[in-house]
Amino acid sequence: MALTQALSRRTSSRITDTVVWVILAAGAIVMIAPLLWMVSTSLKTTLEVFALPPVWIPEVPQWDTYVRMWADSLILSGFRNSLTVSLTVTVIGTFTCALAAFSLAKMRLPFRNVIFIGLLSGIMIPFPTLMIPQFVMFSRIGWVDTLLPLIVPAIFGNIVMIFFLRQYLENVPNSLVEAAKIDGASYWQIFWKMIMPIIRPAVAAQFILWFMFVWNDYLAPILYLNTPERQTLQVVIANMNVQYATQRDYPLIMGASAVALVPILVVFLIFQRQIIESVALTGTKG
Amino acid sequence: MTTSSATTSGSTATAGLRASAPTPPRKTPPGGGTSRLHRHEQKWALIFVAAPLIGYLAFTLYPVCFAVYASLTQWNGLGPMRFIGLQNYVNLLGDEYFRISLFNTFFYMIGIPIGLALSLALAIAMNRKLYGLTAFRTIYYIPVISSLAAIAILWQWAYNGDFGLVNQVLAFVGIDGPNWLASTAWAKPAIIIMAVWKGLGYSMLLYLAAIQSVPRSLYEAAQLDGANSWQRFRAITLPMVRPVTFFLVVTNIIAGAQIFTEINIMTPGGGPEYSTASAVWHIWRQAFRYQQMGYATAMAIVLGILILIITLIQFRLNRRNSFVID
Repeated sequence: MALTQALSRRTSSRITDTVVWVILAAGAIVMIAPLLWMVSTSLKTTLEVFALPPVWIPEVPQWDTYVRMWADSLILSGFRNSLTVSLTVTVIGTFTCALAAFSLAKMRLPFRNVIFIGLLSGIMIPFPTLMIPQFVMFSRIGWVDTLLPLIVPAIFGNIVMIFFLRQYLENVPNSLVEAAKIDGASYWQIFWKMIMPIIRPAVAAQFILWFMFVWNDYLAPILYLNTPERQTLQVVIANMNVQYATQRDYPLIMGASAVALVPILVVFLIFQRQIIESVALTGTKG
Repeated sequence: MTTSSATTSGSTATAGLRASAPTPPRKTPPGGGTSRLHRHEQKWALIFVAAPLIGYLAFTLYPVCFAVYASLTQWNGLGPMRFIGLQNYVNLLGDEYFRISLFNTFFYMIGIPIGLALSLALAIAMNRKLYGLTAFRTIYYIPVISSLAAIAILWQWAYNGDFGLVNQVLAFVGIDGPNWLASTAWAKPAIIIMAVWKGLGYSMLLYLAAIQSVPRSLYEAAQLDGANSWQRFRAITLPMVRPVTFFLVVTNIIAGAQIFTEINIMTPGGGPEYSTASAVWHIWRQAFRYQQMGYATAMAIVLGILILIITLIQFRLNRRNSFVID
């Protein structure tokens, strides 16, 4: 009797498993379908794009789309500008953040709490409230239509990252730093030789998340960048969307958007484990 | 000043802070803060934290003060600022377009509970030992990491009334879909659907991490007491994921209040009869298209204060309702 009950429970849980799996799979199709459709559209001829009934898979894939989009050299300059901004910001900014986190967590910093709470209060102010005064500031010193307004404020550090690195450093015993001090290490040496290696995993995770954030940013770049050759990739594809829609060249628009997704997709697939772990940590700590 | 070979930015910050308050801090570790060694450490600590401090003063605090003043002026961004008191704030009370754009912004937030419910369901489903879970997780997460600009371009075309993916799929099951983005009734839902689709993987991931940290013994004890799966969900899972729900609601509302990219790309003119225009989009247009810098700043400040108030209310409510399980 007990045995059959256990058995029937096991079969019923297997049935539930199957149902759940089918639902998850259907959901996965919904999630991926628009992206696949984007790629398939990019390989269609213009006739196939406007065919009724719809053509799902192009008869002869038009790989040419991915060749002719580079003739519009803006994609190339867009890549270059986005890479310049994202790398400069994240490399220098990560360094500034790590240094500040070390100071806040492990050094005798005067007014530590005032400084920390002051910095945190900055998170409460949304970018749209700051964008007009910042724009005026940068236009007065002639930085409009350069990448500098996108780079300079960010290399002074990112409060969220400082916050997480500081949290991470709280778990490092103070005695380690004290011992290094007694051994005569300078604060700079302690930071570079000891703290940096310790916080490297946290830095790596935050670095990737920040890189993706800067790479995907759209509002700040459209405020500042007017000359097409100076625009970042997101602005370039958004402008191509307007320009080529009038020519009904949807394969090119979809191809360019797909290409714009590739770098981040590659970064994600390579660092998937770190990204997912650090994102999960954000939620549980936050 | 005694500051030695620091960067110029470092020493200015040190000088500024020292000048304002020369006394040593209270919260120093034991040993007193007056010795030469400690002065040395304090100096370096300030130098290390100087960059974010200067950044905060120059790119947050100063702009905020400037914004408060600019919001009290009539100003086109280039010419002189003419002080007009609270006139901008009085004007925006009667500005129908600002009211509509605020309404639209909050209307989009309908997507937040929908997204959270769906992602919690997905996370519970993913908590089972199933075949191919890693692949599912990756697929659900791809929209999250994708650039919003590219995604908005894709969905704008997918919502095309005749040739878009959405209506072609709907036609498959015999539904004649609307011309989404050109319809006052369907443009907002279209943007909500897209936003839910894009954010699902993120919330799901956070929920999954929270569910996996719930002790199994809780469920086993409940099962022994005869609780069915719905009761276990209500009494264990839901309270245990509460901190994540709170985090997601707060951050989603803050981000949702600033929705801009998808609006500007998918509906460049603010949609039919301004039906998709969001607050930030409206502010951006007033400031950078019509050069109403003073007025736009006033709107931006109102938006910032609204976000702050809503966030504070949520923290207050959360504190009142929270409880601790050992």
